[in-house]
Amino acid sequence: MRKWIIGALVVAALAGCSSTGTQDAAPVEERPPAEGTAPTTGATTSGASTAGVSGTAAGATAGPNAHKDPKSILAKRSVYFDYDQFVIKDEYKATVEAHAKYLQANRGLRIIVQGNTDERGTREYNIALGQKRADAVKKLMMVLGASETQIETVSFGKEKPRVEGHDESSWAENRRGDIVYAGE
Amino acid sequence: MGMNQPRNRLRRTVRLICLLFVVALLSSFAARAQLTIEIVGGAGTTVPIAIVPFENEANWPLGITGIVGADLERSGLFRLIDAGGIAPRPARAEDVKFGDYRARGADAVVVGSMRPLGDGRVEVRFALLDAVKQTQLAAMTYVVTPPQFRATAHRIADVIYEKLTGDAGVFSTRIAYITRNRARYELVVADADGSNPQAVVASNEPLLSPAWAPDGTRLAYVSLENKKPVVYVQSLATGQRQVLANFRGSNSAPAWAPDGRRLAVTLTKDGGSQLFLINADGTGVQRLLSSPGIDTEASFTPDGKALLFASDRGGTPQIYRLNIATGVVERLTFEGGHNVSPRATPDGKGFVFVRREGGRFMVAIQDYATRQVQVLTQGPLDESPSIAPNSKLIIYAAQQGARGILAGVSTDGRVKQRLVSPAADVREPAWGPLSR
Repeated sequence: MRKWIIGALVVAALAGCSSTGTQDAAPVEERPPAEGTAPTTGATTSGASTAGVSGTAAGATAGPNAHKDPKSILAKRSVYFDYDQFVIKDEYKATVEAHAKYLQANRGLRIIVQGNTDERGTREYNIALGQKRADAVKKLMMVLGASETQIETVSFGKEKPRVEGHDESSWAENRRGDIVYAGE
Repeated sequence: MGMNQPRNRLRRTVRLICLLFVVALLSSFAARAQLTIEIVGGAGTTVPIAIVPFENEANWPLGITGIVGADLERSGLFRLIDAGGIAPRPARAEDVKFGDYRARGADAVVVGSMRPLGDGRVEVRFALLDAVKQTQLAAMTYVVTPPQFRATAHRIADVIYEKLTGDAGVFSTRIAYITRNRARYELVVADADGSNPQAVVASNEPLLSPAWAPDGTRLAYVSLENKKPVVYVQSLATGQRQVLANFRGSNSAPAWAPDGRRLAVTLTKDGGSQLFLINADGTGVQRLLSSPGIDTEASFTPDGKALLFASDRGGTPQIYRLNIATGVVERLTFEGGHNVSPRATPDGKGFVFVRREGGRFMVAIQDYATRQVQVLTQGPLDESPSIAPNSKLIIYAAQQGARGILAGVSTDGRVKQRLVSPAADVREPAWGPLSR
């Protein structure tokens, strides 16, 4: 538990520093995004160096349909884990934070985080391991402003692999938490 | 997600109706997916037994003695002695000339007869004889119709097995398992020898963790059809099912209490994977334990007083025992860094579980009193062990190439079986109770 709080504080601190200057980058548009005209909130597909940074702003300021925008950082839905691990790696913290801020700004939104594991291990224990991964995503989101009632965590264990292979690259793809918005 | 309840319920109802329809369709061609069981390793000593074809048996296409012999041989504890060519062929105990069978090495002889009663029913008689002591060990009479021949043969095999080994026979029991064909999952119930497979649930989403009610009338299982693990209980007689646990989060790992009135389940509704008790109708959910980590895969001890479960509370997944009345938890496994899926053996002496060692998952058995562990299988991905009600055999899921198969191993590790399905991926076996 303590590890989580420390981790979250570090993330929050980093995010706070790096997002300076981008807070007002995005005009808030409260309308359903038509194809191609959705608010881009500063995140562009070419702007690799700023994508993570602007994500924070995207989540914090976007309207309740921003998660439908394929160009938004909110289109990033997967968090990957190491074998037997439940720690959210640094490279996925921006994604988690963007969704957390977005949920904070849009309290009516609900998500499900679906935990998954690779094929090694028993089915039921993998359900519990996948749950732990989903819970890890949820805990970080709550620290970053999302509310408990907005996030349901469930686990598919090893039952719904994205990749069916029996090698490390398939396993790595399947050790995953997926963020799914209600209605999707 | 718990939102939009009425619509979900409607959708569920529609889905259930579709499901029942599909089940009806499936059962018509289910027979082609029958499992066959091969012995791949035998016991050190076997009982040599001569089974004399029953009098008049040739009048029916499906006889009795062929099935009896196959049952006994598959158990790995018997060796069939050729009973042919002895004339006149004995049909009753008093007709047996023991010397004929001793000369061929048989320690036991089975004789019998089949007599039509004129109303479509058939009287089946058999006697089991000890050829060494020249005594009768058992004799039974059954009045049955031809569709009951197979079941009658299993009953006869049960009697023979029990008389000659001292343990209950399990040839009349049933097994449940899950098959997968691409994106099609079925929960199948079959006889213990793999015959008569019937799909009782079919779904486009994964099914897992089937668990037999102690009286064999219902199955609990987990389905992901609702985009999350939900536990159902389904009647085998009517096919009707009801939700046992569909709380916020994941609902999984059902285990029946021996009285059949309650189940242990793993729920995450209050955070983390934790153990709960719930009535068989889904009411009265009650938390059993609070741990900071994972508690799951509960299995009741046969007296119903304790639960075995897997937990990572000590850092690695290990097996623990909870005394339900006192709440006292005791760690049971100490060797190895990963021990999960405990199943209490019905004889109350110990438990079967899955151990990970060097990246391999293997089925093992541990004795409560001695704490001695015997690893029974080699892996690499063995899981879901389920123990026969006589505590002598374990059926489990294994990986052969990229395919899931079922395999069997005796609890002493000597007899090994492979259950071969012609088509699908097979997994999640669950051995049903003794039929009485």
